[in-house]
Amino acid sequence: MRQEDQRGCADGAAGVDCGEAVRQLYTFLDGELTEERRRVIAVHLDECGPCAEAAGFEAELRMVISKRCKDRVPDSLIARVAAALAEEETRHRSGA
Amino acid sequence: MADRAHFAELAMEHMPALYTAALRMTRNRADAEDLVQETYLKAYRAFDTFNEGTNLKAWLYRILTNTYINSYRAQKRRPEVSDVEDVEDLYLYHRLSPGDGSDRSAEDEVLEGFTDDEVKEAIESLPDNFRMAVLLADVEGFSYKEIAEITDVPIGTVMSRIHRGRRALQKTLHDYAEARGLVGAGPAAT
Repeated sequence: MRQEDQRGCADGAAGVDCGEAVRQLYTFLDGELTEERRRVIAVHLDECGPCAEAAGFEAELRMVISKRCKDRVPDSLIARVAAALAEEETRHRSGA
Repeated sequence: MADRAHFAELAMEHMPALYTAALRMTRNRADAEDLVQETYLKAYRAFDTFNEGTNLKAWLYRILTNTYINSYRAQKRRPEVSDVEDVEDLYLYHRLSPGDGSDRSAEDEVLEGFTDDEVKEAIESLPDNFRMAVLLADVEGFSYKEIAEITDVPIGTVMSRIHRGRRALQKTLHDYAEARGLVGAGPAAT
């Protein structure tokens, strides 16, 4: 397991080793761990500088991805969809 | 049971998110616009089956996803790659980090240096299933359970796709950074 450890981290901080903390990092950052598990990883990150750095990087990367992945809706599409819905509504009313 | 008359006022605000997802899935603007319009029309026609009080955005995404799979993916000529190379956790971090606790500004510089086009291309390079899972989680912020419902797969599969998709995305971003000379070639010495 040695090669999975974070460089320079005290093994087994807070009852969980770095390999395990890293494996659960995504689920932790996604807020999807059980409360008990979440607390164990949170304590590990408090006590382990290298893992905390890695967690900070992963969180930052996710923000960058979300921020860089936005597209402006063309006004023509908004108009097109609104018109299609209006037409559908008319058809629905007259057909009903 | 939802009232069709309220559909537009409730649903139109979700168009930017749906359009972004449609662009990443179809990889081109004309198809993305058609996909969004088709999604809205289908949603309008089925709106009486929508349970008011439940998540409208997730419901719209479910229709978008199904429409994409049934109409657009089927048209594609090129064979769909359905798996990603599995790379290790913290792939990008380990290659950017100096590893000695020294200056960390280089990592932030690389992260901030990625352009919109690079991030979008990196996401678009993922196979369909992984792309949709990563988009829904990281761009739209849906929970694992919501993504399982939208894509109609078990939660365990959703988790695996998100996690492996993210790691594959890191490898692609690293390749871009390397090609631009932002990082040195090869893994950091350990």
